[in-house]
Formats: sequence, C-alpha cells, structure tokens
Amino acid sequence: MPRITVSVDGVTYEEEVEPRLLLVHLLRDRLGKTGTPVGCDTGNCGACTVTLDGRSAKSCSVLAVQADGSEVVTVEGLARDGRWHPMQEAFHAEHALQCGYCTPGMIMAAIDLLRDDPDPSEEAVRRGLEGNLCRCTGYTNIVRAVRRAAAEMSRVPHERAPGAAEGREAAAS
Amino acid sequence: MTEQLDAGLVAGRIAESGQVSEPSAEREMGRARRRKEDARLVTGRTMWTDNIQLPGMLYVAFLRSPMAHARITGVDVSAARSLPGVVAAYSGRDLAEEQGSLPCAWPVTEDIVIPDHPPMAVDEVRYPGEAVACVVATDRYRAADALEAIAVDYEPLDPVLDMTEALAEGAPKVHEAGNRAFTWKFAGGDIDAAFRDAPVVIDRAYVQQRLIPTAMEPRAVVATTDGDGFTLYSATQIPHVLRVMLAMTTGIPEHKLRVVAPDVGGGFGSKLQVTAEEVLALLLARRLGRPVKWTESRSEGNLTVHHGRDQLQRIAVAADRDGRIRGVRVELLADMGAYLMLVTPGVPLLGAFMYNGIYKMDAYDFTCTGVFTTKMPTDAYRGAGRPEATFAIERAVDELAHELGMDPVEVRRRNWITREEFPYTTIAGLTYDSGDYEAATEKALAMFGYDGLRAEQADRRERHDPVQLGIGVSTYTEMCGLAPSRVLGSLSYGAGGWEHAAVRLLPTGKVEVVTGTSPHGQGHETAWSQIAADALGVPFEDVSVLHGDTSVAHRGMDTYGSRSLVVGGVAVLAACEKVKERARELAAHLMEASADDVEFDGGRFRVRGTDEGRTIQELALAAFAAHDLPGGFEPRLDAEATFDPDNFSFPHGTHLCAVEVDTETGRCAIRSYVAVDDVGSVVNPLIVEGQVHGGIAQGVGQALFEEAVHDADGNLVTTTMADYLIPSAADLPEFTTDRTETPATSNPLGVKGVGEAGTIASTPAVVNAIADALRPYGVRDVRMPCTPERIWRALAEAEVTVPAQSRAAVPSTSEIAPEGGAR
Amino acid sequence: MIPAPFDYIRPASVEDACRVLADAETAGDEVKVLAGGQSLLPLLRLRLAYPSALVDLGRLPELRGVADRGDHVYIGALTTHDEVMRSGVVREHVPLVALATATVADPAVRHRGTFGGSMAHADPAGDLPAVALALDCVFVVRSSDGEREIPAAEFFVDYLEPALEPGEVLLGVRVPKLGSGWGFHYEKFHRTAQAWATVGVAAAVRRGDGGTIEEARIGLTNMGPTPVRARVTEVALRGVAPSPSGSNGSDPLRDACAQADAGTSPPADLHARPDYRRHLARVLTRRAVGAALG
Repeated sequence: MPRITVSVDGVTYEEEVEPRLLLVHLLRDRLGKTGTPVGCDTGNCGACTVTLDGRSAKSCSVLAVQADGSEVVTVEGLARDGRWHPMQEAFHAEHALQCGYCTPGMIMAAIDLLRDDPDPSEEAVRRGLEGNLCRCTGYTNIVRAVRRAAAEMSRVPHERAPGAAEGREAAAS
Repeated sequence: MTEQLDAGLVAGRIAESGQVSEPSAEREMGRARRRKEDARLVTGRTMWTDNIQLPGMLYVAFLRSPMAHARITGVDVSAARSLPGVVAAYSGRDLAEEQGSLPCAWPVTEDIVIPDHPPMAVDEVRYPGEAVACVVATDRYRAADALEAIAVDYEPLDPVLDMTEALAEGAPKVHEAGNRAFTWKFAGGDIDAAFRDAPVVIDRAYVQQRLIPTAMEPRAVVATTDGDGFTLYSATQIPHVLRVMLAMTTGIPEHKLRVVAPDVGGGFGSKLQVTAEEVLALLLARRLGRPVKWTESRSEGNLTVHHGRDQLQRIAVAADRDGRIRGVRVELLADMGAYLMLVTPGVPLLGAFMYNGIYKMDAYDFTCTGVFTTKMPTDAYRGAGRPEATFAIERAVDELAHELGMDPVEVRRRNWITREEFPYTTIAGLTYDSGDYEAATEKALAMFGYDGLRAEQADRRERHDPVQLGIGVSTYTEMCGLAPSRVLGSLSYGAGGWEHAAVRLLPTGKVEVVTGTSPHGQGHETAWSQIAADALGVPFEDVSVLHGDTSVAHRGMDTYGSRSLVVGGVAVLAACEKVKERARELAAHLMEASADDVEFDGGRFRVRGTDEGRTIQELALAAFAAHDLPGGFEPRLDAEATFDPDNFSFPHGTHLCAVEVDTETGRCAIRSYVAVDDVGSVVNPLIVEGQVHGGIAQGVGQALFEEAVHDADGNLVTTTMADYLIPSAADLPEFTTDRTETPATSNPLGVKGVGEAGTIASTPAVVNAIADALRPYGVRDVRMPCTPERIWRALAEAEVTVPAQSRAAVPSTSEIAPEGGAR
Repeated sequence: MIPAPFDYIRPASVEDACRVLADAETAGDEVKVLAGGQSLLPLLRLRLAYPSALVDLGRLPELRGVADRGDHVYIGALTTHDEVMRSGVVREHVPLVALATATVADPAVRHRGTFGGSMAHADPAGDLPAVALALDCVFVVRSSDGEREIPAAEFFVDYLEPALEPGEVLLGVRVPKLGSGWGFHYEKFHRTAQAWATVGVAAAVRRGDGGTIEEARIGLTNMGPTPVRARVTEVALRGVAPSPSGSNGSDPLRDACAQADAGTSPPADLHARPDYRRHLARVLTRRAVGAALG
C-alpha cells in the first residue's frame, strides 16, 4: 500500500493507504477529523470542502494518495488560540447556518473566495459559492456573512492558517 | 481525619464560588440572540451519527434492487460471506422471521389497505432501491466491495408508475389487494348549491411533482448492545416516536431500547420516519453482538429516503361575478408509493383542511384517493399536504382574478377573513384563532413596490419585450403545531400531539431544560433558553437545553409539523411556571411570609411592600441544602410539564414574487421576492427570519428546479445531485422579509409555527408569477418544475399569436422524444 | 459511495507514463489516466468505472503550465482550470479559453480539474471541447512510439471517446492565436449554476473595417455525441452587417443563426429534448455572436 505524508491542520501524519481511499475518509475515519462531513458522491454539494495546498478542494473528489506531501486545512484548523476565524464569527453573527452540515465546507469555500476577491459583491459571493449547497438557509444570510467577514478581514487581517500559502502558480513550460 | 462531605459546607462553597449568577431582568422574548448551537457547528466539533466510532464497530452495506418491480427467485450471499473482512451477509429470507413490518401510524380510513412492509424484501421488490440483502464488514470499503459478490435472481414484473392507470381495471398490481389504498372524503356546506348556476367556475388540474427532500446530512445509523439493552443512534427527527415504534417492530422491550438523535443535519420531514435501515441495524447488532454502523450515500438516499408530494390535483372554484367565492371542490390522487410508511396516508389529509385557504365560502368538498405505485413511498416533506393545498387554491384564485379581469390582490381582499372576524370557523371546520391578512398584505405590497412593477409589466408587454415580467401573489395560511391530541385522534392518527418539558435547577442556580422536541437545525437550544431565562429570571447563558436522547429526555413527541415552539416551547414555559411556584413557596417559608404575599419579578421573589427578597439562585441553593424547608416540601425546585394545546397554530402571510421570463429560451429568473409573515409573537427574530428564508428556497426549488424522474421501466433517473437539482446561492435571489405580529390566542406565548410557512407560501407565488408573465401569450399553466424547456414548450404551443420577435419557434413534433430519456 | 479497488501508479516522467500505459495495453489491463480527477472520481465512486489501475500524471511538472509560443498558446494538459483562467497569456491571446473555463463547474473543482483532463474526458456537455473545436486547437500526444499531433476536428471521436490510442498521453494543447479584430464569447445555458450545459455556444467573430463580419467560428456544446462546429452558420455570418435588433424589425444576425443547429444530433436527457436543444442552439448562437461583436 502506498505510504503518504500529509499535514492536516498543522499536524503531520504518515499513513499507509489503499490507493482508492478518499481524502475525506482519510480525514474522518483514519485521522478522526470528523469536522469535515460527506454530503454527496458526485462532487456537487461541497460539504467536504477543505483547503489543499492553499486552495479549496472537495475532499470527496481527491484520493488520499493525491494529497501525499500536501497541506490540508479543515474547518477544525481555522481557530487561533481558541479565537475563531472571522468567517466563523461572521457565520455565527449573521445566522448563516441552521443544521450546520454544509457549514464546514461553506466556510472553507468562503475563505477561499475572499482570497481572490477581498471585497466581493453579493453577486460575486453567490457565484463563488455555487459549488456548495445548503438546504436550510436559502443562502441570504450566508451571503451576508461572507460580506461581513470580508469587511472584518480587511480591517484586521486574520493570521494565516497553516497550509494557507499562496496557491501554486502555473509555471510556463 | 477525612473531610466530611457536609451539605452545608458544599452549599457554602457554592455560594462563594462565583458560579452563582445574579438574576436577570433582561427580556429575552423577541431578542435576536445568536445561536448557542453554532459553536460546535462552525468549528467542526459536531457529533453527526457518522462521526460515532465504537470499539469493534462493524459497517453495514445494503444491496438494493435495480428494478422497480420484480419477484425475487434467489439470493446467494455465500460468496460475499467468504470475502476478507466480511463478518456476515444476509438476504431478506435470512431475516424474514425476525424483521417484522415497518409501521404505518395513520390508518386514515377503516378500510385502508396497509400492506405488510418487510424492512428487507423477501419475495418481491416493489420500488427501485428496496433492500434485498446486506453485508456486515470490518470497514465501509470492504462492505461496499462485498455487495458485488451477492447474486440475486429477479423475475421482472410490470412496474406501476401512473396513478390514473394504476386505478384502471386490469392494471398490474403493486399488492394483491389492489392499487387503491384508501379513499377519504370530507365536506362542509352544500357544494351542489355553490356550483349550481355559478356565474364563474375555475376548473383546473395541477401536478404536484414528486420531490426528494435532500437534507444535507445523509441518513446514518449506529446500533449497539451490551447484551441486555440496545442503543440506537440515528439521524432522525423523532427519537421518541422511533423508540416505541422500534420496540413494537423488533420486539426489543421499550425500556431496553435507548434512542439517541445526535447532531442531525436537517430533516424537512425526511427523517420523520421509522426506516428499514434502523430496524435492520438493531437486528444485526443483536445477531452479531457488536456495534454496527450504516451510512447512506447520496445516491442511495435519493432512491430510498421517502419522497415528498406527488399528487394529481383537480380543483374547481365557483364564484360570483364580483369575485366572491361560493365554493371549492377538490379531487386528489395521492401517490403512496409502494408501501404506507409512518404517516404516508395522512399527508394529503394535512392539506384537506387548507384548500379553502384564508377565504370565506359557502361550501367545500374534498376527496382523496391514495394510490399504490412501484415507487419509493412518499411521506412528510416540509409542509406535508399544506403546500399542495395552498398551491392549488392560490393558483386557482389567481386564475379567477384573471377570468374576472380583476387584480389578484383585490380578489383575495374580497374573500379573505377580515381582521374583525377572528376567531373564525372556516368551511373546513377549523377555527383560525387570530390573523390580520390586511396588515401583512399592505406591508408586503409597499415593500415590493407592487404598483411600479405592474407599470413596468405593462410597458414590457406593450413593447413586446422578449423578457417579460410576471408578478405572483400568494396569501397563505396553514395549520401547524401538530398538537391537539383530540383532533389527531379524530383523524385516526396513531398518537397524540402533546409535548413535554422538564426544568431542573442545579445547586449553583444554573438551569437545565429537558425537552421532548428534537431539533435538527432549528435552534431550540437558543430559543428554549430564551423562554426559560425570561420565565425564571436567570441569565440566558445560565440555561442549557438537553434533548434528543430518550435516556435524558424520556418523554417527547419530537419535531415536525412546525410544532416545536407552539407545543414544546410552551411546555418549557409551563414547566418554568411550576418551578416558580415551588420557589415561591420556599421563598415565602424562608422569609416567613405568606406565599400569596410573595411576588416574582426579574428573578427575585419579594415580600410585597418590603425590600426583603430571595433570588431564584439562592432558592435553588436552599432547596439543594435542604436545611430549612417548609413541611412536606421535597428538596428540589425541579418540575415538568406536558402541554397539549386546544387548537392548531395558524401562521399566515403574503408573499410576492416578480419573475423575468426570457420568452426566447424559457428561462425564468426571480427578480425580487418579498415575504411578510405573521407568526404571532416572536421568541427570536433571527431564527424566524432564517426559517422563512430557507422555507422560501425550498418552495422555489419545487417551483423551478426539483423533480424525481423515473424512466419507463420505473427506475429513478435523478439518483445524484447532478440530476436532482437543488438551488445554489447563484440560483436564488436575496429574499426580503418582514413580519406583522398578531399573537396567537391558543397558547400563553402567543406564538405560531414558522418552520414550514415559507415553503407553503412560496411555490404558488413563483408559479403565479410565471403564469402572469405568460398569460398574454395564451399560456394557461406551466407544470412544475417550471423548467426553461417547459416554459418554452408552453409558449410554443400556446394559442395566442404574438409578434415574431418574441415568439418561440414551434417545435417539430417528430423531434419530441419522451421526457427523461437517457442519453 | 466508494470506489472499487485499483492499483496506483505515479510515473516519474512522461516517458515512464507512456511505458506504463503501453505495458498495461499489452497485458490487457484497463488502466485509466488520473489528471485532476474531478470527473473520474465521481465515476469511480458510483462504480461506473472499474479500472485495474490509475496512472497519476498529477506530479509531472512538464505537463503543467501555459506558454506563449508565438502563433499559439500552449497549455499543458495538467494545467488546472483555475490556472488557465487566471493566466495572463491565455486572457490576452486566447480569451475564449478563459471565458469558457470560468464557467466550468465551480471554484473548488476548477482548482483540481485540468484543461487536458476535460479534453481527454471528451464529454460533449463539457465546456472546453467546443472551444477547442471552434479555435482549431491541436492536441499534442505522446506514446512510447513518439509524439504526434491531432487536430481538434479529429480529436473528439464519440461520446466520452477521444482519439487517444492506448498508451498515449495528452501532453498539451496548442491554441492558435487568431490575431486582431476578433471578439469572443462563451454562452452557457444551464438549469442551475453547477449543472452541465444544456447547450453552450463558443463564438469567435472577426469584424472587418466596414463593420461587417468577415469570419466566424462557432463551437456547440452538448449538441451531439461530440462537440460540433456550426458550419452553416459560420458561412451565413460572413458578410453580415449586424444592425441593432428591432430597428426595422429585421435582425440579420438572427437570420444568419437560424440554422445553427444544422448538422447536429442533440441528445434527449433530463434537461432537454432534442427540438428544444436545437432551438436553444439557434437563440444562443445569435446571442453569443452578438456578445462577441461587443
């Protein structure tokens, strides 16, 4: 079985994995990182979104072996010294979650969105979150939360989470 | 010498610990408290059922029928059993003796046909996805692999897909007893008189398409036994109902079965069920003596989580020329699917009393026939019967307005119950306790800019703009807060509708509220804390709410039908009142006063006219220490209460939707959406707004996007989220919401249910808007979901000739393939 | 759901990958190439594919990146959608690629999914094959026998079937620069934001000095088992002088696009029947051309 090394929320793990093991199952079943749930089997719902080497990815559509050598940040790795990430705060403040099942993925996708567009319009937030489905909120409060977090983060930049390095730039060949 | 554990010593330490709060006079009712639940949900410290790991746990996977209808002539699990990691594999035959039959708790008529419903099919499969065998293995990967080693021989039988055909003579049968499950009738007034010589009759047929509820958390079950008792963890809305139903189904004595609903990721009715997988997980844990877990995949869930809606409606409205409604006649065919599950036959009945809506009329007549088909059973889905009813009457009233050349708001105004007329007993026999349709409508019209949008609509029509504007109105009410046990009994429902709460005062003055409601996203921990904090005068932060575990909350009727606040929240208040009465008695004793002279305000009991008082926290400590109690006073302030209201709850509101329809492509986009809801008094406006937003989104989903589609063989085509489309943020507009507040008179909090209101209201608002946009083209209706293709086809086939630039090309009939054909 | 077991091979080089693929072919093993995996993993999870092994090209830097090569832009097969749509070179020289790529799936999928993967998947409902066809891209592939080039018109053979021989790896795609005077647009019509295109239209249009259309290239998404060029419309558009619609009731662009569906064989599925797709192709082509003209 392939042996992989992967950093998750700042902790390095060495694991032997079946090639077919999905990253999300590595997180949940092997590493106990159950904060990242699974909502579908086609990559549509986005509940399992994490950041992989700094950019959002659906961990149900990535093999654990593909993450070998990578840094993964999940919703569990966002808080700093017990202080929530501004996006977590904003979701709470704007009542942007109800059952909360989509929330980990939604928060990770929203943080990724702000990396590209630190002050997104309502339209930009809606388009940017098109890969994350929520069945409870109707999204109105999610949009408000993302824009609230954007305002807060432009005021006080949140300490960068581990693994949230700049995305790999395309090298010209 | 060992330190003696002296009660007084402990009490002294508690008093000095800094743990004990001052009482709080802050009013919590109506306060937009942020939710207590969020802390674990935004940080990933949740306990979804699939997160549970127990020592020695095994994983279950089910092999499911690839056919809608077939006889099972053989199942061979032997090859699967011998695979590495596989602990057991069973066919339905292997479990037949002990698996029992899944329950139906709502036999709506005396002669209803309730077929035996084995959790795992034994001789015949009757819907696609029905479980035919299972594997238990050491991990979920091996379990999935082993399914492929099971051989099943099927002898195909004719699928039964269309309700009308199913009722025809000689149709293939789903069950031996035939395809008619029941016919239920209800009438009020003289319907023949109402229709006789009626100047206007609007007679329409509507299709309530089959929906897949799609809670974000797929179902999951963990079952474990210690050799004596059993614990079942399940992603369920109904741990209490489940416990008693599972006890009856499995034979496990009720007191030996604990059911836990951990964090549950949404339900919308889909987790109001006693499922095959829950029963089978218990049987497997019992057989194997080890904990077992089953977690559904989404595609498995689309097949086998009960579906919603699926009714064919015929509604006729008789009216006078001035718009006054004389009577309404409704005939329904309701698709039960292959079996009657927990409340399957009752769903249309929940709508039966709502086809009259908010309107006065002389007569009403309702008939519903439940029909078996070879599809997944239907059951409760957000609104359950009431969205269907509201859709039909609100669509028909819009058609009436058009027929009479009146504004749709005006027709409603002429018929609705006016604010002076409450309480009002409707033609369907319900007594609406309170409401103010005028206020909600006026507010909504102003927020929407109704007149301006009508002017723009006229302008676009004039210009033959290819993008037309439509305005949809929906003035709804609904009956919710499933409660009055007496009424539920008269409808043959198998249980009551009360709710239970217990309130415990801890020695430090902190409060535990135990509720029989079972939240799965609603925010009960927050709202119940607010109710208790107000009632007891303790800080909001000092309250915790315990729920969802039958060993903690031993009595309850759980969460569905927008009942939690209006029944369960009121039970919390009632229990708090009892606590207060005990505290008053203790306070009077300690202050050597008469209980009648002790008044309570802001958490402090005072002797009237003096400064002397005791806080509720001090009294909690005094009860705990028990050094000085009145004679016969049990040393506790705790109390419990069970509340069973006299009436349903009747929220109402006015929803207005503006859509832009691109007549060239058929695409419909919601331009603006305004909702003014009246849910009575409000505990937490933040939570109310969230419920309305989400409700609207699901109703829009039915109007525009969602449909469970079967192919000609009866197989479900929409098995994944790539096929069954639920809207994303990019597919919905911002919803503008506001409220009017007309307190309910049926409970002391004045509250009404809010969980389903948005869904009930929004679907007709959207479709009315589409119909309004297309009416000049001669389009009478568009079937839901109103997909671009359906709108385009409706335009192409419409009667009215319109100018070429806004006219869709007429399709050539040779190319019209059946819908839903696979690529 | 959970994929069936497979072996995993991570070749150290393209040569290595070609050798692995060739050996598998000889042995009769069904191996699949893994790029970003965004289409493949759902198929594996639903057990719609049972490869004996996956050959992961994701660690081969030589397959990744965008380069300006004078008369064309070269896009390495493993360049992610996200990298493509952000590439300055792509946006400046082959903007139609950036426009269409921005509509692919959603941001998280675009971070993992690759340009070459989408092409090699050859899904006619994918947005990029129609672009490649419209722009006459050239696919550069390599096997143990060496490199060869496949024009876009020959690359998409059938539904989910590219013209890749067993043992061949897609290295990258040459996207011709069309030069000045061209306008571009990708018009995607889908039921929800993350749904596949019901129909998509990739349009590149060049206007002459007089304002009339001199050349048009139209690629259609999801109008048949492969992407299709709307050749009849391309011809019909030549010499058309677009005038604002409705001024005198005539719309020459609409007339020119009235046969945009000619030569297509659109599928029937959940979202549309063939006649509706044909209608959409005509309407959307008109819109795409109009938007490309600016």
